[in-house]
Amino acid sequence: MIKAKNVNFYYNDFHALKNIGMEIAANTITAFIGPSGCGKSTFLRLFNRMNDLIDGTRLTGTCLLRGKDIYDKSVDIDRLRKNVGMVFQKPNPFPKSIFENVAYGLRVNNMGDKKYIAQRVEESLIASALWDEVKDKLKKSAFELSGGQQQRLCIARALAVSPDVLLMDEPASALDPISTSKIEELIHTLKEDYTIVIVTHNMQQAARISDKTGFFMLGELIEFSDTKKMFLNPEKQETQNYITGRFG
Amino acid sequence: MKHTEKEMQSLREDINQMWKLVISQLEKAKQSFLKGDFELAREIVSREKRVDAFELKIDSDCENYIALYNPVAVDLRLVLSLIKISSTLERIGDFAEGIARHVIDDDCNKLSPELIEELLIEKMFDTVISMLTDGFVALESENTKISGKTMAKDELVDEIYHNALNILTDFLQKNPACIRCGLKMMLLIRKLERIGDRCINIVEEIVFYIDAKVLKHSGKNKP
Repeated sequence: MIKAKNVNFYYNDFHALKNIGMEIAANTITAFIGPSGCGKSTFLRLFNRMNDLIDGTRLTGTCLLRGKDIYDKSVDIDRLRKNVGMVFQKPNPFPKSIFENVAYGLRVNNMGDKKYIAQRVEESLIASALWDEVKDKLKKSAFELSGGQQQRLCIARALAVSPDVLLMDEPASALDPISTSKIEELIHTLKEDYTIVIVTHNMQQAARISDKTGFFMLGELIEFSDTKKMFLNPEKQETQNYITGRFG
Repeated sequence: MKHTEKEMQSLREDINQMWKLVISQLEKAKQSFLKGDFELAREIVSREKRVDAFELKIDSDCENYIALYNPVAVDLRLVLSLIKISSTLERIGDFAEGIARHVIDDDCNKLSPELIEELLIEKMFDTVISMLTDGFVALESENTKISGKTMAKDELVDEIYHNALNILTDFLQKNPACIRCGLKMMLLIRKLERIGDRCINIVEEIVFYIDAKVLKHSGKNKP
């Protein structure tokens, strides 16, 4: 589904990603772990070109989605971001109703009539495990929801436009354990229909939910392997030091 | 040292103490058997409770470590190995107690010292004690190369066991009045053979911890 080859990324003179290569299969959950500033979020944001919004950045190498270079000049960025949805650390609902939050992407992309939009809103809220909690108050403001519900609403908003890939940048770090558990369960369920890439500082979360894990340090991809292998018998000493807490 | 490392250090100290106690139990079992020392045998029986207490403490500490610190990779392998090693040491402690009870029972005196010598029981004792010590050193030094020697020693223990079976069979055919004593002796020898197998189980756990290799049931018990 996703393939990165010889990826180098710079913030002005700062070399943030160093020669990264990775292949991510469809319908898998991939977790990126590593200390702050290691480049994991930068790498995640490459896949829907969110880094383009930052001045002074530069990329070399190739990032492919379904075999097509997403940095090719012919790529429509809006269309790319529809196919590659993103959920951020802090829930960021729009100052609109619950319904309109989920319908937003469909409306701006002119995807279907009123009936279709209503249907997709319901499907997305069901898929994000929020429907039962909000079905009777769809016209209420999204801000009335709890933090965990707001995050699931943001996931529903991303799902509404039927993406292929869902990028998640620490989606549960601002949530309590119960909401975190719901998000993790949701991610696990969504794997059937989507390819999910998640950045997390919570290593147990990476261990619980992902199929593969990439460990980044100082802009390098130190190790990328099956999650079970990484957490039982990592190949590299640096990985072992980090996941066992022996690395600063 | 971080507090998690201190906890792990404390776990390792407990297993070391348990290990030394079990080695001492086996050495005493050997002395009490060879010299017919009842006092020493009774001491083994009374100290068996300490072995059991160590197992319970290590089990509980390992459970706490997993629950509180969520160990992964080498730390997880060590905790899992320690749980199994302490359980195996406890079983070896049981065998030592069984040998001590054999001495205390003292209801068989029909086997001559020459026959006992021919059965190579002392050598069997020495070999299993040495195997148990190898395991201790392997874990302490985190060096699985030592464990290769242990595997070879187990083959010697098995050989002595099979020879002893043949020798006792011949002896009992000629001396049917000694059947009860012969069977009891065979049970004792069987305990020593089982101790050898348990030492191999310990080595397998150490190899799992250090090299992340699973030797169990692989048919190639070499690290």
